[in-house]
Amino acid sequence: MKTRNITVFLVATALVIAGTFELMGQVDIPGVIQNRDLPVIAVADMRGSGAAQQYMDAFNQTLWSELDNTGQLKLAPKTSYPLALPQQPSDFRPPDLFSEWTRPPVGANYLAFGYTAVQGDQILLYGYFFSLGQPTVQSAQILGNRYYGALSNDGAKKVAREFAADILKQLGIASLSGTRIYFVSDRTSKPNDAEIWSMDYDGSNQRQLTRYGTSSREPAVSADGKLFAFRTLASGPAWKIRVHTTDTIRNQVFSNPISTLIQTPEFTPDGKHLLFSEAIDGWPQLMIADIDGSEQHRISNGRFIEVSPRVNPKTGSDLLYISGRSGHQQLWRMNLDGTDREMLTSGEGDVANPSWSPDGHHIAFSWTRGYEPGNFNIFVMDIADRKYVQLTTNSGRNENPGWAPDGVHLVFSSKRGRATQIYTMLADGTHVQQLTTQGNNLQPVWAKGIE
Amino acid sequence: MRMKMRTLSAAVFAATLFLAAAGCKKKVAAAPPPPPVVETPKPPPPEPKPQPPRIDTFAAEPATIERGQSSTLRWSIASATNMSIDQGVGAVQANGSRQVTPNGSTTYTLTASGAGGTVTRSVTVNVNAPPPPPPPAPKPVVTISSADMLTREAQDIFFDYDMSDLRADAQRAATANAELLKRIFAQDSNFTVIIEGHCDERGSAEYNLGLGDRRATSLKEFYVQQGLPAERIRTISYGKERPQCTDANEACYQRNRRDHMAAGQ
Repeated sequence: MKTRNITVFLVATALVIAGTFELMGQVDIPGVIQNRDLPVIAVADMRGSGAAQQYMDAFNQTLWSELDNTGQLKLAPKTSYPLALPQQPSDFRPPDLFSEWTRPPVGANYLAFGYTAVQGDQILLYGYFFSLGQPTVQSAQILGNRYYGALSNDGAKKVAREFAADILKQLGIASLSGTRIYFVSDRTSKPNDAEIWSMDYDGSNQRQLTRYGTSSREPAVSADGKLFAFRTLASGPAWKIRVHTTDTIRNQVFSNPISTLIQTPEFTPDGKHLLFSEAIDGWPQLMIADIDGSEQHRISNGRFIEVSPRVNPKTGSDLLYISGRSGHQQLWRMNLDGTDREMLTSGEGDVANPSWSPDGHHIAFSWTRGYEPGNFNIFVMDIADRKYVQLTTNSGRNENPGWAPDGVHLVFSSKRGRATQIYTMLADGTHVQQLTTQGNNLQPVWAKGIE
Repeated sequence: MRMKMRTLSAAVFAATLFLAAAGCKKKVAAAPPPPPVVETPKPPPPEPKPQPPRIDTFAAEPATIERGQSSTLRWSIASATNMSIDQGVGAVQANGSRQVTPNGSTTYTLTASGAGGTVTRSVTVNVNAPPPPPPPAPKPVVTISSADMLTREAQDIFFDYDMSDLRADAQRAATANAELLKRIFAQDSNFTVIIEGHCDERGSAEYNLGLGDRRATSLKEFYVQQGLPAERIRTISYGKERPQCTDANEACYQRNRRDHMAAGQ
């Protein structure tokens, strides 16, 4: 009798421990290739004939970084390459064919090569992409395309980006090229004020979008990349939402409700509605309205603080949000009509800033679980089985994760010293890159670029 | 004896020669006979000695005044040709008066002179500092602005972590604030107040904006229950975006978990 009780107890304990590890286990992010499986690509420096040659430094650097920045490829170092670089398919001869590239020290699975020339007043790129495990040149060729651009550094960079995008497409890797990150910066503002800024996915071309000279925060971008919304004191001493076009920063009509508090705007995936939090009867509650602010309806219903609504991009009919219903700020999910409310996090610590992956399978958020209040880390959770993984580990205060359009990168803010800066990383926590350095930069969202 | 004139003249001439020859130092040998006495006219009798000037009266009325008031000098003088009083009064007639308004105690000296001499007399006018003015009557209008009153006397209301209800010490401070606001609103019909809600840095910025709004609303509801007009009280949340301090310790966190009263536009 006693032995059986002990056995039952031990088995139960083992199950509980196993269960805990199950929850905090591996989360497979589709598209995030594990390190050991990264394809190895050799990218041979290309040369240009005649007037094209002077732009080839810009070309080669751009091609390399566009492929490298995805974090999903292993680029074989150029110092390991054979001396004779191929320029066209006929440069490969049996019986050696590709052996110089596939064997150590290069060890490549793929090879990108080609050359440029001048045609008329344009630069012309002949770009080839080969899979090196094939027996013949013909079967190896995955890509053999012509690309045209202006006869300049900008034109050379353009054709490099287009070639890189085609390569990535062949490998099933989404390109980040053209995507933009919108964020808040105080670098040109008075103390405690801030403006809305944007930059390229790699931190270049940082641009100030709003110039209200007051506090503007919490940017959101429509799925087509054409509009951004934010909360601001620009209209006077009360928070209101404003909506602008992303290209011309032109103000769009948005009729704010009369309330002491309006915040955390978010577009629906179809771009026709805006969700936000509004203080109603003294409590911040979730609302939905048409894109111009008309037809306002209340979604949530409770005397709790409820903020940060985020609609599922795949279904368009359910949303994540942050609520204080359980006593502290936690992550919740419900339908747009307010039904089927459920808490996704355990109730411990504080949770904030949910973000959906483009395919709707995963969510990212910040959580203080396991740490003192205020010490947030980035977590990713599989929405189906609720398994989650912690991506950052006690290095600063990590918040506002935003999923990239490619579904494998995250942008987030982190305070790792005196100032808060914006970083990107792969959704498995690797390949962390710092994008900003001046002032404080926070609340980033990753959006599609506009053509 | 009858002498011949010639003989007399010769004798005088000889005597004169004798005197001249004898030198001036020599004693005159013999005094000539005195000339005939001529009757000189009697000098006129000496004029009667002139009367000395006489100051019959020289007084100041009143002798003691308060600064700013006046006194009158009166005098009466006889037998003088030149009469003057110093201290800027100047030449005067034999009988007269003059109003003076000295700033401080002053001695006036009357000088009367004439052929018979000079006399003076002095009189002092004592000047006392005026009594202090009476205190002004209390004014019905306040002298400091409503905004200044608010700044000086309104207290910040502090909250517990993640809470927006008023704890005991907060209620006491809020009650005092309510009394202050009643006074201000009563005497200033245009004044409005803004309650700013703030949070410490630890929660997320988005949730804290909501929490700050709860704190401001909670205090406004308290004021309205105390009888204050809701339309004169506005609220705004600054979440954790306008901290009073940035240290990572509980003392600073508590300072930031507050409602602050500010003057409305």
